[in-house]
Amino acid sequence: MIAAGFQAETAVLVIPIIAAVVLALLPSYRLTAQLNVAASLLTFVAALSLFVVERPVPGEYLFVDDLNIVFIVLNAFVGLTASIFSASYVGHELETGRLTAANLRFYHAMYQIMMFGMNLAFVSNNIGLMWVAVELATLSTVVMVGIYRTHEALEAAWKYFILGSVGIALALFGTILVYMAARPVVGEGNDAMVWTILVEKAADFDAALLNVAFVFLLLGYGTKVGLAPLHAWLPDAHAEGPTPISAVLSGLLLNVALYVVLRFKILLAASPEAIAPGPLMITMGLVSLIFAAFMLYRRRDIKRMFAYSSIEHMGIIVFAFGMGGPLANFAGLLHMVMHSLTKSAIFYCVGHIAQIKGTQKIADIKGLTETHPGLGWAFLVGVVAIAGLPPLGVFMSEFLIVSSTFATQPLLAIPLVFGLMVAFGALILRGTGIAFGEPTGSTAPSNASYLPIYAHLILVLGAGLYLPPPLVGWFQHVARLLG
Amino acid sequence: MNGLTFDIAHMLAGGLVLVSFMLLYQDRLYALLNVYALHALVLSLSVAWQAYVQDAPHLYVTAAIALVFKAGVIPIALHRIILRLGIHRDIETVVGIGMTMLAGMGLVALSMVVMLRVTPEADPLAREDLAFALSVLLLGLLVMVTRRNAIGQVVGFMALENGLVLAATGAKGMPLVVEISVAFSIVIAFVVIGIFLFRIRERFDTVDIGALDDFRGERR
Repeated sequence: MIAAGFQAETAVLVIPIIAAVVLALLPSYRLTAQLNVAASLLTFVAALSLFVVERPVPGEYLFVDDLNIVFIVLNAFVGLTASIFSASYVGHELETGRLTAANLRFYHAMYQIMMFGMNLAFVSNNIGLMWVAVELATLSTVVMVGIYRTHEALEAAWKYFILGSVGIALALFGTILVYMAARPVVGEGNDAMVWTILVEKAADFDAALLNVAFVFLLLGYGTKVGLAPLHAWLPDAHAEGPTPISAVLSGLLLNVALYVVLRFKILLAASPEAIAPGPLMITMGLVSLIFAAFMLYRRRDIKRMFAYSSIEHMGIIVFAFGMGGPLANFAGLLHMVMHSLTKSAIFYCVGHIAQIKGTQKIADIKGLTETHPGLGWAFLVGVVAIAGLPPLGVFMSEFLIVSSTFATQPLLAIPLVFGLMVAFGALILRGTGIAFGEPTGSTAPSNASYLPIYAHLILVLGAGLYLPPPLVGWFQHVARLLG
Repeated sequence: MNGLTFDIAHMLAGGLVLVSFMLLYQDRLYALLNVYALHALVLSLSVAWQAYVQDAPHLYVTAAIALVFKAGVIPIALHRIILRLGIHRDIETVVGIGMTMLAGMGLVALSMVVMLRVTPEADPLAREDLAFALSVLLLGLLVMVTRRNAIGQVVGFMALENGLVLAATGAKGMPLVVEISVAFSIVIAFVVIGIFLFRIRERFDTVDIGALDDFRGERR
């Protein structure tokens, strides 16, 4: 059974790689779009099987534990639904001539490379390998953001590349410092970069060095998470790239970077003399939340608006993990999952909406529930969910974050609730504007793929109404791991 | 470790910081590329010396990459791109050179204070290497933020990355150093090819980031 566990672990990495090669070689776009879905499905099945099979012993490079298994499965699931959405999305782009068949070949291969990079970041047990994986995932998204080759898309890709590279460079410096801190205790060589070994022996590390390392890691990977003031790449990259990539960026890539920050937070927590990472994370989280909440009001572009909403939610999550404690960590984890599902569902809707209306300007899109009820109502449910109204899942996690903050640090709850309210107003204002009113623009029927949207929204609604006890137990266990 | 090996390592790492300062005040693209080639050359020597001192033959690979790829291929390729795309040879800087140099000195002082204070127990070579590496990294960052020109920013990024390679080789016995330097070279190659293939010149007339900035998304 251990062998089976190892196979499942490697399968989530090997399937995307093979798929990327195959997709790069095949010319027909219909076939590659379907193969992309098939490969994502296989990866998802492999990821699910991790729950069943016995875990392999943590290796030098790869491992699976209670924390990353949730994210691997979530990653594979959203990767699958995004590939289904992408199949119908790129079909339309090909018809309108925004993308060519050669573009699509490249796009599908890159999609799988990106999935490989993200899965690798989750399963890697080596902080160096983790860094390489995040870099790979970032670069593959950079080229996809620029795929339309328009003025705006190239600028977005360039900005994303430059800021992303600075972030990744700072993260590498932090990684080197962690190695330096570990070397006197663990000894030279690979062992000093293996996460499981580092956590065991972190108590003896040089605390001062570890502190500086964490600051670099938080700034570096924080750039990828999109925390203010390092967020400048995020709205552009979301708005100018193909919408399936916006969905994957918001739903998955931000989570990958945050996951890596969490890994290092655990490391820091294991060293008693190191600084508490809490205040740093709380500050960055609150700044991102409030800044993004106000920025939401000034958006004219629909994808840009939801990109700012992603910054806002990442701020909330980082705040929750900064607060720490079992309840806040539980809420943070739940919020990561809920945000990922909700935000990608919204982007699926937005992708179809923008294709039908031929514009991304909020002012030009109105009365969607009348012309396209299926899409319009799904979009409205998504907006209501992301704004944090009950009974949806996001409300539940936000409620837990607020209540745990009130219990421990009532004063901090004031800016938190303020930010949530400001963002709520903006989202509802714009969301209702798009969903209701006198219909504008094209009323042509759409051949949207509803399955991914509804699957996500049903999961979010289900989680808001009832969380199965085993799942709660699981989350609580992981929350304790986070310290 | 005897005094001489230490002094040579110290001199080479310090030299890299010095060359980083030289990058700060270049206002012509060709000169900037030449100084960058020098930067990569000093890095290559420094890494080779570390390989010799630490008796770590794999680091010679990193040194060779720095020498051939960063000091040779990349500057030449960028030269040709500037010629082919007819890019303006002058670099527009955001702030004056005097201010930039002062900021650079401040950053070096900062990295010395931070790194030397937190690493009292590390061995002296690694300790000073790390302080120098952080200086090079921050100076590279400064080059990036003070240039309005895409090629200037790429050079800043490459200088920053040289600082990382210096830090990684200074950390004795660190695994994956060679892999990381190869990965970085691929990234850089990718960007250089990207500037060319995406025909940034054709789309924007200049590779000036300021010109790209007219698009703000919200004020259309």
